[in-house]
Amino acid sequence: MSTTHGNGNGSKRTREPVLVVLQLSGGNDFMNTVVPYGDPLYYDFRKTVGISEEDLLPVNDDVGFHPAMAEIKSLYDSGNVAVIQGIGYPDPDRSHFRSMDIWHTAEPHDFSSEGWLGRTIRELDPQKQNVVTGVSFGSGLPRAMYLSGTPAISVTELESYGLLTSLSGVRQRAALNAFTRMYVPEEFEEAQMVMQHIGQTGLDSLAAVDLLRSAPDGYSSTVEYASDPLAQSLKGIAQVHLAGLGTRIFYAQHGGYDVHGNQVQTQAKLWSQVSRAVQDFFADLKEHDASDEVVMLIFSEFGRRVRDNGNGTDHGSGGGAFVVGEHVAGGLYADYPSLKPADQVSGDMAYNNDFRGVYSTLLDDWLGIHPDPIVNGHFEQFEGMLQPLQL
Amino acid sequence: MDEDRSLIAHLLRRAGFGATPSDIDAAAAAGYEATLDDLLHPERFERPAEDLLARFHSEHSDEESPRWAAIKWTYRMINSRRPLEEKMALLWHGVFATGWAKVTNGQMMQRQYEMLRDNGLGNFRTLLQKLSRDPAMIYWLDQQSNHSEAVNENYGRELLELFSMGRGNYTEDDVRACARAFTGWTMTQVLPRYPTGYWPAEFVYREEDHDNDEKTFLGETGNFNGDDVIEIIVRQPATATFVAREIYRAFVADDVDEDHVQEIADAYVRYGYELRDVMRFVFESDFFKHARFKRVKSPIEFVVGTVKLAGEHRDPHQFNLARLPALSAMMGQELLNPPTVEGWHTGREWIDSAFLVERVNFAAEKLGDSSAPGIAEIASRIRSGHTSASAADLLDACAAEAGGVNLNESTRSAILNELSVQDEIACEGPELDDAVAEALALIGASREYQFA
Repeated sequence: MSTTHGNGNGSKRTREPVLVVLQLSGGNDFMNTVVPYGDPLYYDFRKTVGISEEDLLPVNDDVGFHPAMAEIKSLYDSGNVAVIQGIGYPDPDRSHFRSMDIWHTAEPHDFSSEGWLGRTIRELDPQKQNVVTGVSFGSGLPRAMYLSGTPAISVTELESYGLLTSLSGVRQRAALNAFTRMYVPEEFEEAQMVMQHIGQTGLDSLAAVDLLRSAPDGYSSTVEYASDPLAQSLKGIAQVHLAGLGTRIFYAQHGGYDVHGNQVQTQAKLWSQVSRAVQDFFADLKEHDASDEVVMLIFSEFGRRVRDNGNGTDHGSGGGAFVVGEHVAGGLYADYPSLKPADQVSGDMAYNNDFRGVYSTLLDDWLGIHPDPIVNGHFEQFEGMLQPLQL
Repeated sequence: MDEDRSLIAHLLRRAGFGATPSDIDAAAAAGYEATLDDLLHPERFERPAEDLLARFHSEHSDEESPRWAAIKWTYRMINSRRPLEEKMALLWHGVFATGWAKVTNGQMMQRQYEMLRDNGLGNFRTLLQKLSRDPAMIYWLDQQSNHSEAVNENYGRELLELFSMGRGNYTEDDVRACARAFTGWTMTQVLPRYPTGYWPAEFVYREEDHDNDEKTFLGETGNFNGDDVIEIIVRQPATATFVAREIYRAFVADDVDEDHVQEIADAYVRYGYELRDVMRFVFESDFFKHARFKRVKSPIEFVVGTVKLAGEHRDPHQFNLARLPALSAMMGQELLNPPTVEGWHTGREWIDSAFLVERVNFAAEKLGDSSAPGIAEIASRIRSGHTSASAADLLDACAAEAGGVNLNESTRSAILNELSVQDEIACEGPELDDAVAEALALIGASREYQFA
């Protein structure tokens, strides 16, 4: 029972819940993102990078948003932003790469090459009927999206995406014709099964390229995205979603959060980009009557040390996350982790929510699939954070 | 392509990273045996000079960065006259898979790579001894937490399961005994990066932290230390088969023929675990010589082989060297950072939709560039052999020059159908260079080109 909406160029979009995951790489300093300004300990620990009360965008008497987050604050005030205060996993790892792997694979103890979104894509499209069920924007496919045998597409930018893009014009068309014929999976003898696999994969890739390249064709919008790569990634996601290609999982990345030094300036720049891009993205969807179809998770691999280092902050654990969308019951979730020295874990905020509980909530209440096999266990969910999409 | 050149090209793809047509000429003139003998004796040749790499790629040349180590390794794969030692390092890196995701220290990763390269053709016993003392490995598998009073089994278990014998050939008691034999094998403290920067750690043996009690391991009992355990491991039939299978999959074919694996395992025993002799046995075997295009190229093999054919990055100054390992990562193989201790999943699993787009685009870009030295060289070789050529002759000549890519008939006709040149082409003019690049781009985009 689904209804369809036009996107303005005649194509039909099926209403389905869509998840966008936005990764902030480098370890976002949550303490300076949603700032516990009501706690005097904050200013004791953040003598140089602390943000003064009058600069913050207050949420209540305890916490306020970073001053660069005006657009996200406005989404929050509309009730569309859930803030997960204090998120992490047991035995935190302060290596960027290992911690990111843990978030990508939902596996804190063992190494795994299976991404949680790869498994999600397999669950959403077990017959592989749609080669663009999962689409990542950015440089290379994140491990979160990878699962051997499950198609997932990686696009650096939509405008230049394609097969055989080093050729142009007639040459490229001829080469694509040749490619189509060269990759026809034929009946091979058993020893040649791998040829058949490569053929099918090649044709899948070509189909994905054709679909995605056509996405911007019928798109028009009054929203003018910024020119930074994150804004352009979110614009690409909006274009693909509005084209009605049936993509259910999108991924975008934004880097530079590793603020050991020069934190004040860096974080302000990064969050102003995120804040504007997220607002523009949802405004664009709203203009096309699609804003309730998308929920966005914003996460980072870890938070940072409670005490600043004089110019920035070093790797810590216990960070925070955001869930954004019209079907989100906005507000602050869980108590802000205590800053008291006795409550800290080796100088970090103790996490009080396992990230796999947030994944589970998104999978169960938004995408409508059983979370446990995807997140490797059963985790407590945030009841009522998400309302299902009415089809 | 005649049989001699085809066989030599096969050897240079497998024991190295591919070759230009003139490399193949030179090797064919020297003969298979002489070429193989040189490959097995890398010490006869100098390694490529690298002193200018840091100067021309200064934005990447951070010795603390594992990415820089990967960039330098890629350069060596392209340019080394000792390609088999790099190929062996790549094999053992995939088997003893250690990743900078956890190690994070570029110098430790670089030193592990050098250890694998310098011992990759040596004795397997020595290789395991060095591996067990390698600081990156110690940290990767928590061996520094393996104490006489608090045994951490991680390294002991993986040494048996993933690095030598394989599951099903030992008991949990053997794992425990193995881990106890390695208690006290640790390293100097790794300082945190900030504020002092990385410091390479050294292996240390702490006698006072070693479990000196008697152990029973694989049926033998004694007061074993780590090297005693390795001595027992290397003579196990399961180890012989394990090493043989890894070598088979890296050098012969993705689909394993157990009879041929057994022949390699027998050679491993016969030659007293000397890997150089084992590799000679493999490269001289008929099953190796017949296994042409039976392996899907790994991403780094694909990237390096394509760059070699295009004749690029022969000099240390060519811009964008860092792009090559980055592209390999986008194709699913990030050097020095395998996804898990199990290493990469190889063979058909290298081919996934996101990865295949990268492979096809890269090969078509590099081989379709008529100004690249290697592509110009191919055009000039064709020109010197023909005054004019039909489209079919041109395509066949390009496939032969590209190392004898074995295009099947349907691929061949698909390409011929779309080439701009449909009739005879005169070879003296610049249109030949263009036609060669076009044909090579399509060969690079083919399924057949995915195989080594």
